[in-house]
Amino acid sequence: MPILRRFSDMAADHDFDPVPPAVSIDTLSHSFGQGSMRRQVLENISLRINPGEVVLLTGPSGCGKTTLLTLIGALRTVQQGSVNVLGQRLNGAGRRSRQQVRRRIGMIFQGHNLLRCLTAEQNVQMGADLLPDLTYRARRNEARTWLRAVGLDDHQMGQLPHDLSGGQKQRVAIARALAAHPRLLLADEPTAALDSRTGREVVDLLKKLAREQACAVLMVTHDPRILDVADRLLQMEDGCLLPAIQ
Amino acid sequence: MKSLWQGRRIPLSWMLLTRQPVRLLVALAGISFAGILMFMQLGFRDGLFDASVTVHRLFDADLVLISPRSASSVRMAGFPRRRLIQTLADPSVEGVTPVHWGLMLWRNPETRRNRAILALGFNPDDPFFLDPGLAEQTGVLKQKGRILFDQLSRPEFGPIADWYNDGRVVETEIAGNRVRVEGLVSLGTSFGADGNLLTSTETFLDLMPQKSPGGIEVGLIRLQPGTDPDLAVARLQQRLPGDVTVLTKQGFIDFEQNYWKSSTSIGFIFTLGAAMGFVVGCVIVYQVLYTDVSDHLPEYATLMAMGYRISHLLGVVMREGFYLAALGYVPAYLAGQGLYWFVRDATKLPVGMDLPRAITVLVMILVMCMLSSLLAMRRLIDADPAEIF
Repeated sequence: MPILRRFSDMAADHDFDPVPPAVSIDTLSHSFGQGSMRRQVLENISLRINPGEVVLLTGPSGCGKTTLLTLIGALRTVQQGSVNVLGQRLNGAGRRSRQQVRRRIGMIFQGHNLLRCLTAEQNVQMGADLLPDLTYRARRNEARTWLRAVGLDDHQMGQLPHDLSGGQKQRVAIARALAAHPRLLLADEPTAALDSRTGREVVDLLKKLAREQACAVLMVTHDPRILDVADRLLQMEDGCLLPAIQ
Repeated sequence: MKSLWQGRRIPLSWMLLTRQPVRLLVALAGISFAGILMFMQLGFRDGLFDASVTVHRLFDADLVLISPRSASSVRMAGFPRRRLIQTLADPSVEGVTPVHWGLMLWRNPETRRNRAILALGFNPDDPFFLDPGLAEQTGVLKQKGRILFDQLSRPEFGPIADWYNDGRVVETEIAGNRVRVEGLVSLGTSFGADGNLLTSTETFLDLMPQKSPGGIEVGLIRLQPGTDPDLAVARLQQRLPGDVTVLTKQGFIDFEQNYWKSSTSIGFIFTLGAAMGFVVGCVIVYQVLYTDVSDHLPEYATLMAMGYRISHLLGVVMREGFYLAALGYVPAYLAGQGLYWFVRDATKLPVGMDLPRAITVLVMILVMCMLSSLLAMRRLIDADPAEIF
């Protein structure tokens, strides 16, 4: 899709757009620090992710990938440019509305970030608990369904993260992210702590489950072995998005 | 109720506490310690105040006459006995009993050491005690030089009760006069008096010759049934000259307690002790919750990133504080009971658990834990979900 065309899409009213994008970003810039310490991390970034699309973002360390991810994840306030996520405009959005957007975004972190004091099942249920109007039993069943979907058996569900292997922990993290029925999944190097075979399995699983949910995925990764799962590959360097490869 | 049960969530606060049993135990030990400290200090305070009126409570009287110069049970001033007789002119007064009241030096018959003892002198034919058993014993006092000894007195007065129960003739000296113990009674010790004895008016005046026979220290008044004591107080006070004060029985008890509460530092000291317990507890709970929040900061940030509201997370910390309070109170209460029993046994002071104090300490522990969790929450503000990627 030519870039010019994409910009015009963004300018147009959503009513005219057959499928509203999961993420649309227009001329986004971001910097840290004040005065002479000011450092530009993102410069004039525009991008669009459609529902159900799996997009991989690669680039050298410190090029601003994670900052972009936190901006899309409504974890930071937007400074310049516009960011629309799942139909919500994030420019100038307050704490409360950003928190509301985050409920519909699943996040998977480099270091799984499971709650140490909860079992695998309870961890996933912390995600399912965000679903409104469901009984406790329904949310627990939801958690169990997702854990089976990522390949954990009933015994492992009752274990603490401490007793699970790295791959299992990351699977639990995926189940937790998906249990809240997100429309967008953000993943920051989900395979970083895993060996190549487990990493491959985890990413394949992630893609399969996201596709079944028609959930858009934006994955930041360094891992060249998993690039082929992407529908689209984005590359970043020095805060800029390089022209699309495919 | 059902929807509440259906809507329940993972008990995160409970899990945070119970999955770290060592920290939980330390926290509970700290809270219990603070609770025990508060129970002890408040128990001592109330027990001492309560003990100051053990003798006062025994009197069968509706109104009490005392001299306005009396400061407390250990410094009772005298007033003319005829003031008490004058009150009989009031139709609502049924009867009166004059009582001599003073501290004497009792010689321990074993060690020959002197110690102050509270003596009450009255007409043995007209005992004024609520306890009928006590009233029956007073007949033996008609003979001069005979006394009834309070077996709850401190052991420093000598093994009087043991000797008496062994059938020995127990005699000792008060101000150079020989007295014989003719029976044992159970009254109880107080602040001012480590021991008590009862005797007749005649013996009392023999033992304290400097007292004028026309003067008494306490005048007890019994009213006709159905009389309003407060109205009677006002009427009598108006009729009598200013050298006596008319009190209700409760007023007499309050008069004594007020002395110890306001004129001594006892109340202040023990309240301060309880406050110290409160502060110590606050510090311990704050420390525990603060480290707990700090240790789990990335996890809290993860929850925020997942879309949990900050108020939800504050609630988690708040509930942790609540659970700590509830769990810490139980051992504090039980240990408090045990220590009260121990103190009662050792000091003979009427220290016991009562509901108001049990509730006071529970509320203080709750406030302590809630306050600490509020302070620990400030750490939660540092949880920045943008930092965890």
